[in-house]
Amino acid sequence: MKVLVPVKRVIDYNVKAKVKADGSGVDLANVKMSMNPFDEIAVEEAIRLKEAGTAEEVIVVSVGVKQAQETLRTALAMGADRAILVVAADDVHNDIEPLAVAKILKAIVDEEQPKLVIAGKQAIDNDMNAAGQMLAALLGWGQATFASELTLDGDAATVTREVDGGLQTITVGLPAIVTADLRLNEPRYASLPNIMKAKKKPLDEKTAADYGVDVSPRLEVVKTTEPPVRSAGIMVESVDELVSKLKEKGVV
Amino acid sequence: MSASHRGQAFTWDDPFLLDDQLTEEERMIRDSARDFAQAELAPGIVDAYMNEQTDPELFAKMGAAGLLGVTLPEEYGCAGATYVSYGLVAREVERVDSGYRSMMSVQSSLVMYPIYAYGSEEQRRKYLPKLASGEYIGCFGLTEPDAGSDPGGMKTRATKTEGGYVLNGAKMWISNAPIADVFVVWAKSEAHGGKIRGFVLDKGMKGLTAPKVGGKLSLRASITGEIVLDNVEVGEDALLPNIEGLGGPFGCLNRARYGISWGAMGAAEDCFHRARQYGLDRIQFNRPLAQTQLYQKKLADMETEITLGLQGALRVGRLMDDGRFAPEMISLMKRNNCGKALAIAREARDMHGGNGIQVEYHVMRHAQNLETVNTYEGTHDVHALILGRAITGLQAFA
Repeated sequence: MKVLVPVKRVIDYNVKAKVKADGSGVDLANVKMSMNPFDEIAVEEAIRLKEAGTAEEVIVVSVGVKQAQETLRTALAMGADRAILVVAADDVHNDIEPLAVAKILKAIVDEEQPKLVIAGKQAIDNDMNAAGQMLAALLGWGQATFASELTLDGDAATVTREVDGGLQTITVGLPAIVTADLRLNEPRYASLPNIMKAKKKPLDEKTAADYGVDVSPRLEVVKTTEPPVRSAGIMVESVDELVSKLKEKGVV
Repeated sequence: MSASHRGQAFTWDDPFLLDDQLTEEERMIRDSARDFAQAELAPGIVDAYMNEQTDPELFAKMGAAGLLGVTLPEEYGCAGATYVSYGLVAREVERVDSGYRSMMSVQSSLVMYPIYAYGSEEQRRKYLPKLASGEYIGCFGLTEPDAGSDPGGMKTRATKTEGGYVLNGAKMWISNAPIADVFVVWAKSEAHGGKIRGFVLDKGMKGLTAPKVGGKLSLRASITGEIVLDNVEVGEDALLPNIEGLGGPFGCLNRARYGISWGAMGAAEDCFHRARQYGLDRIQFNRPLAQTQLYQKKLADMETEITLGLQGALRVGRLMDDGRFAPEMISLMKRNNCGKALAIAREARDMHGGNGIQVEYHVMRHAQNLETVNTYEGTHDVHALILGRAITGLQAFA
């Protein structure tokens, strides 16, 4: 069976994000970008299925700017078999919204006929947590989100989900969408020889228009602000002073 | 105003946009090496350094990540990547510790490279795949107790026997030696008119021992030893057939020194970044240290030297990949970058105040390590003499 893994190129998780002067978003000019960490986990899970003999082919897809090619090469270096790049923006600041991504992914799923799509649960840049669910709805497939464990057995997938207050185990029929949470696995490093070999793996370049999907935004960003800076604390002399300060602040 | 007039925002941690000057593949290699170094090497460095312990397993880990013999061909289990890639790996490993980069450099440039470049096909097949995977650990014996900057003065001798040679002598300051499986040893061979020849020896040969050199105050995470050759008998197949003279060891050293020019900048960057962060966090006289002119001047000096040093190393790497490098270029960059990195690390130690002497602030460890890096593989002064000879046409070594 084929496994399809969508991956997103996002601001590197080590980078301290800075808001653009006009408040329209995060400044991404000359900022280190890398694969969304949850997508890395999804790629790793798919490669493990291939290594276990459950999957025959792992296809990775990215929708975004042309530079997302580098993200796809990383997935190929980890062990994916081939890649599809869908160029849908020419400026890195133009984020493609989840519904447009889901529509493009649906078109690719129709073409490729994978039995399983493993996606990251959300991208760390805008934390939408939507593309996987929307894709499931568009396809009419079952979905198992926030997966911390995945077992395939014939035409069903058993997935342990990380939900509020504990773990939930569900079974979904295939084909299905699984979205990966942090504890699903620990992704491997792409070894240097595999990075070199990734160059020779096929990478098809498409555009959003090839799939007839309109990627123009439906949402308007009103403003973007940096998190508030923590203000300095004060020293109190006594318990009484502490209590009165807390009362002053309305905390007690 | 158009974008070309306005320019663009300055990135303090990559002022000349080095990232832009790398290929996609080189950036991926850099990222992979960085992830590996931060996840696998960084967590254990303080204990390894404090306890003077080298975990031989690190070679297998580096091998699995593909960091050994980066430039050699895929058919021997290597990546077949560029010299720029090799430099980027050295920078990421030395960002953690110069000792770890030394272990990797020795294996890659001083053991795998000569076996590849000067060895027979049988020698390549026998050693390279296992050295690439880290199953074998290699070391390189050139320096002797009485032959350091003047390797031509070596006393180690190879005497012809019926089926091969007998080696006698002693090598000193040999990285990896006590844990090595493979020894590339240079000796004067009487059968070759007293010329220097290379031999590949295996651990366990009769008369071959490699005692540890203890008491180092530098590179404590990287084990160092002697190699003692007491009538070690080897076959003809131990001789590296395709090289004779000092050009053999120097061919290897050029490559290692090139890697060091990148590596030293990795250590310097770590010191620079730590000093910057310390200056931002440390409040004295009601303001961050980093808000003082003295502190900023020091940071500006560090950033300048690192930026120029990396740019120079990249240029030499590109020339090596084009097959257009001269060894003097490597001397220039090795000398400059080691000297500058050492100065930066000492300054960073100073900028950390009293905290700077503590192992958990890392900068003094880098400074101590860089004392060695500035000295080994051609001292700062010896590289000046190599450049002086090239500039004047007059050799001033002796």
